Amino acid sequence: MTALIQGATGDWEMVIGLEVHAQVTSAAKLFSGAANAFGGEPNTRVSLVDAAMPGMLPVINGYCIEQAVRTGLALKAKINLTSVFDRKNYFYPDLPQGYQISQFTQPIVGTGEVVLDMEDGTERRVGITRLHLEQDAGKSLHDQAPKLTYVDLNRSGVALMEIVSEPDIRSPEEAAAYLTKLRSILRYLGTCDGNMEEGSMRADVNVSVRRPGGALGTRCEIKNVNSIRFVQQAIVVEAARQVALIEDGGKVVQETRLFDPEAGVTRVMRSKEESHDYRYFPDPDLLPLELDADWVASIKAGLPELPDEKRARFMDGYGLSPYDASVLVAERETAEFFETVAQGRDGKVAANWVMGELFGLLNRQGRAMADSPVGPVELGGLIDLIADGTLSNRLAKEVFEEMAASGKPAAAVVEEKGLRQITDSGAIEAEVDKVIAAGPDQVAQFKAGNEKVLGWFVGRVMQATGGKANPAAVNEILRKKLSE
Amino acid sequence: MAAAALTGLTIAEARDGLLAKDFSARELAEAHIGAMEAGRGLNAFLTETPERALAGAQEADRRIAAGEARGLEGVPLGIKDLFCTEGVATTAASRILQGFTPPYESTVTRNLWDAGAVMLGKTNLDEFAMGSSNTTSHFGPVENPWRRKGDNRPLVPGGSSGGSAAAVAAHLCAGATGTDTGGSIRQPAAFCGVVGLKPTYGRCSRYGIVAFASSLDQAGPITKTVRDAAILLRHMAGFDARDSTSVEREVPDFEAALSRPLKGLRVGIPKEYRVDGMDPEIDALWQKGIGWLEEAGLEAVEIGLPHTQYALPVYYILAPAEASSNLARYDGVRYGHRAEGGGDLLEMYEATRGEGFGAEVRRRIMIGTYVLSAGYYDAYYLKAQKVRTLIARDFAAAFEAVDVILTPTAPGAAFAIGEKEDDPISMYLNDVFTVPASLAGLPGISVPAGTDGDGLPLGLQLMAPSFDEETMIAAAAAIEARAGFDGAAAAGGA
Repeated sequence: MTALIQGATGDWEMVIGLEVHAQVTSAAKLFSGAANAFGGEPNTRVSLVDAAMPGMLPVINGYCIEQAVRTGLALKAKINLTSVFDRKNYFYPDLPQGYQISQFTQPIVGTGEVVLDMEDGTERRVGITRLHLEQDAGKSLHDQAPKLTYVDLNRSGVALMEIVSEPDIRSPEEAAAYLTKLRSILRYLGTCDGNMEEGSMRADVNVSVRRPGGALGTRCEIKNVNSIRFVQQAIVVEAARQVALIEDGGKVVQETRLFDPEAGVTRVMRSKEESHDYRYFPDPDLLPLELDADWVASIKAGLPELPDEKRARFMDGYGLSPYDASVLVAERETAEFFETVAQGRDGKVAANWVMGELFGLLNRQGRAMADSPVGPVELGGLIDLIADGTLSNRLAKEVFEEMAASGKPAAAVVEEKGLRQITDSGAIEAEVDKVIAAGPDQVAQFKAGNEKVLGWFVGRVMQATGGKANPAAVNEILRKKLSE
Repeated sequence: MAAAALTGLTIAEARDGLLAKDFSARELAEAHIGAMEAGRGLNAFLTETPERALAGAQEADRRIAAGEARGLEGVPLGIKDLFCTEGVATTAASRILQGFTPPYESTVTRNLWDAGAVMLGKTNLDEFAMGSSNTTSHFGPVENPWRRKGDNRPLVPGGSSGGSAAAVAAHLCAGATGTDTGGSIRQPAAFCGVVGLKPTYGRCSRYGIVAFASSLDQAGPITKTVRDAAILLRHMAGFDARDSTSVEREVPDFEAALSRPLKGLRVGIPKEYRVDGMDPEIDALWQKGIGWLEEAGLEAVEIGLPHTQYALPVYYILAPAEASSNLARYDGVRYGHRAEGGGDLLEMYEATRGEGFGAEVRRRIMIGTYVLSAGYYDAYYLKAQKVRTLIARDFAAAFEAVDVILTPTAPGAAFAIGEKEDDPISMYLNDVFTVPASLAGLPGISVPAGTDGDGLPLGLQLMAPSFDEETMIAAAAAIEARAGFDGAAAAGGA
C-alpha cells in the first residue's frame, strides 16, 4: 500500500528507512558493572569506567550480548559468530571517553526481516540490514543554570541495540506499523521495554522521494524522533518539503535534520560537509567477540513464542481473522489475556469481547491490560453465562459494566441484580398475550403483511420484562401468536 | 647496616635479609627515603610518599615478626607515575593531569602491595609515556646517574620509564615498575645499566594504567638484576577480569626459571638487526653476547625476520592512532587541567588540550588523528595492521627454529639532555630494536652487558615466544653472569 504524494508535476513515492535505538533491558551497562535503571539522581549510576577515568577499561557484559542475539534471532537474522567493537571518535561533554564504543564493519547481527500486518489484512516485509550494540552517551542539561551546561552520566555506557532497516518502507503508516511490530517483538523478548517516552526506544528516520518505481532520491536523516506519531508526522512534512523543493527546481541535499513537532517542520541540524569524521577503528581494549554456534542454537531454542507465530496459531486455532489476530498478539499481555478467556470457549466470541467491551473499558479508564478491572477468568465466566443462555448479549454488557465497577464476578452480579434472562416460555407467553391484547391496530398491520411492526411488539415485551426476556424466544412466541 | 649498604641490596638480598632479621623493613625504608631525598637532583621522582613507605614497613615488620611474610614483604619500590595509585597523585607527567588523585588502584600495584611491597613514590616519565629520553615530562627531564668519562654533561636516562630506570640505577629504590609500549622499559634500562623486562602482552593487567597505546602497553619490572626482575614480575602479573586483554593463565615461579638448564637450546641472531652504520661498539657487544650464550650451552643460529625494517613505521602509525583516541578523554570536563577563561565548548577543548599537552603528545595525537581519518585509514592504519601481522608471523616462524633471540637493546648509549630534541625521527630510532617485539606482543628483556668507550652502559636484548618468559630469564641470567657488569658506579658508591 504505497501512499503517493500528488505533486504539481505528478506523483511521488516516499522511500523510508528507520534506524531504531533500543535500550537493552539489563541490570548493568554494556561495559561496566554500573546499575542500569531509568531515573535516579544525576550521576548516581556512574562507574569509573562510565566516567572514563584514566586507565579504566571496558569489559563486555555477557547478558547484553545474549539480549542482542535473542533480538537478532527474533528478527530472523543472521547471527555473526565473530563481531568487532569499534571506537567512534568525537568530542562532546556527555561522551566521557571522547569515543563511543560501537560496532561498525562487523556487527553482531546481520540481515533479517520484520513482517508488517497492515490494517487491510495484507502483509508487508521490511528487511533488516543489521543490528549492532553500542554505548549510549550521557545527557547534557542546558536548563539547570543560565550560563552553564551540566552533565549527567547516568545513561553513559548503557547498552543500545541499533536496529537498521532497509529502505523498504513506503508510507508513514508502514513506518508506524514497522515500529509497532518491532516494539512488540522487543517486548515479547524482554530485550527492550520499548518505552519511547522515557527514551528507551528512539528512531532516526531516513526519508527520500522519487518518481514511483524510479531511481532513488537523495535522503535526509531526521534524528531522534521519540514517538510513533511524531515519526509519521515527520515523514509527512519531510517528504512534502522534498517534493516542493524538487518541483521548485531545487535539489535535496544529504543532511541531518531535526523534527519540530510544535511547528510541524523539519530543520537542518548539520550538512554532509559538517558531518563528523568519526575515525572508526577496532577498540584495542576489547578482543573480537566470538560466539559459539551451539550457544546461539540454545538461545534460539529458548525463545518465547513471538507475535508472528502466535498470530498464525490464533488464526488456525481460534478461527480469528488476520486483523483480529494481529491486534490480539500485538501486546504479550493482551494475547495472554485473550488466551485465558478463549480457553475452552468460542474463540471468536472471546476475541469480540476482548477487542470490544474490554478495550473500550480500558480506553475510557486509561488503563493498561495489566490493571484491567475485569480479569480474564471473570470475563470467561461472563461469556459462559451467555453461552448457557443465562444472559443475553445485551444483559451481558450490563453485567460487564457492573463487574468493572464492583469487581465482582458475573454470577454474583447476576444474582444481586436479578439480571437473569427469562427463558421460561410460559412467562414470556403471558407478556406476549398482554402486548397483543393492547395493540389491535398493530396486530392488524402485521396481518396485512407489515413485518416491521414485529419490532414494536418485541420492544414492548422487553420493556415489560426489564430487558430480561430472551430476545429469540420473544420473537418466536410473537410470530406464533400473531399467526394464530 | 649502613644506609648505603641497605640501598645497595638487590630485592632478593633485601628479602632474604629481612627474613633473617639482619635489618628491619623500617631501616630498609628509611635508607631508601634518605637516598630518594639525596637523589632529588636526578628528578627521578615526581611524588615522594615516605609516610606510606614507613607505614608499609611497619606492617611488614609486624608480619615478618609474626612469620607471615609475603613474597615482597617490606621491599621499597618506585612506581612509574603512569600507574594509578589510590589517594596518591597520578600525572602521567602531563600538565593535563596535574592535581589528579585517583580514587582507585591499578591492578599491578594492587598486586604488589598485596605481596607486601611498599611504595616510596611515583617516578618521572615521558609525558603519557611518549618518548625515548624522558625529556617530554611536563615536570622536567630526568638525569641519568651515569656520566661520560671526563664529561659532566647530564645525560638522558632513556624513556619513557626514565625515572624508574634512573632511580633503580642510583639505588633510590630496590626496584621499580615501568611500562613498555615500544621499548619504554628496555631502552631506559639499557641506558641506565639496569635490567628491564617487558613481559608478553596480556601477562600483566592494564587496569588502572594510564593508556598510551592499548594494543602495545604492557607493565614490567626495572631492577638491578635478572633475579629481581623475575621476583618482581611474578608479583605484578596475573589474570584480571577487569582487563579483557589480560590472559587467563598461571603465573609461573619466574625466579625458579633462573636455574633452568640452557644446554641444547638455540639462540637466533636476526641478520636484519645488523643495520647499516651500526655503532661498532654495539656490534662488538652483540658478538660477545653470542659468545656468552654459546658458553652457556646454546647454539647460535642466524635467522631472518624479513619485515623488521617496517616495524618502526608501523609502530609510529599504530601507537599514535590508538593514543589519539585514548587521550580524547582528557578534555577538561571531568578532571585534570581545564583552561581558564570563557569561550564556547570548542574553545574550551582547544585551550585545555593545547595547554595541557606538551609538544610530543600533541604531535602524536595529530599523527594518530591523521592516519585514522577518512581517506587515509586504509593506506595507513589498515596497512600498518597487516604489516604488524606479518611481523608477528616472522617471529612465529623464527621461533619454530630457535628458543630465544638476541639483539642489542638500543642502537647507542645514553645521549646528552637536549640532543636529538629537534629531530623526532632520530629520537624514534632509539626504539628500532625494541619495537618489533612490542608489535608481536612478545616478551623482551634488556640486560646490562658492558660499557662503551665513554664508560656508558649498553644493554643486550633477549626475546622469547609468547608466555615463555622463563626461558628468556634463564638466558638473560647467563649473560648477566658472564658480562660482569658493575652497576654500582651509577649509585656514586663505586
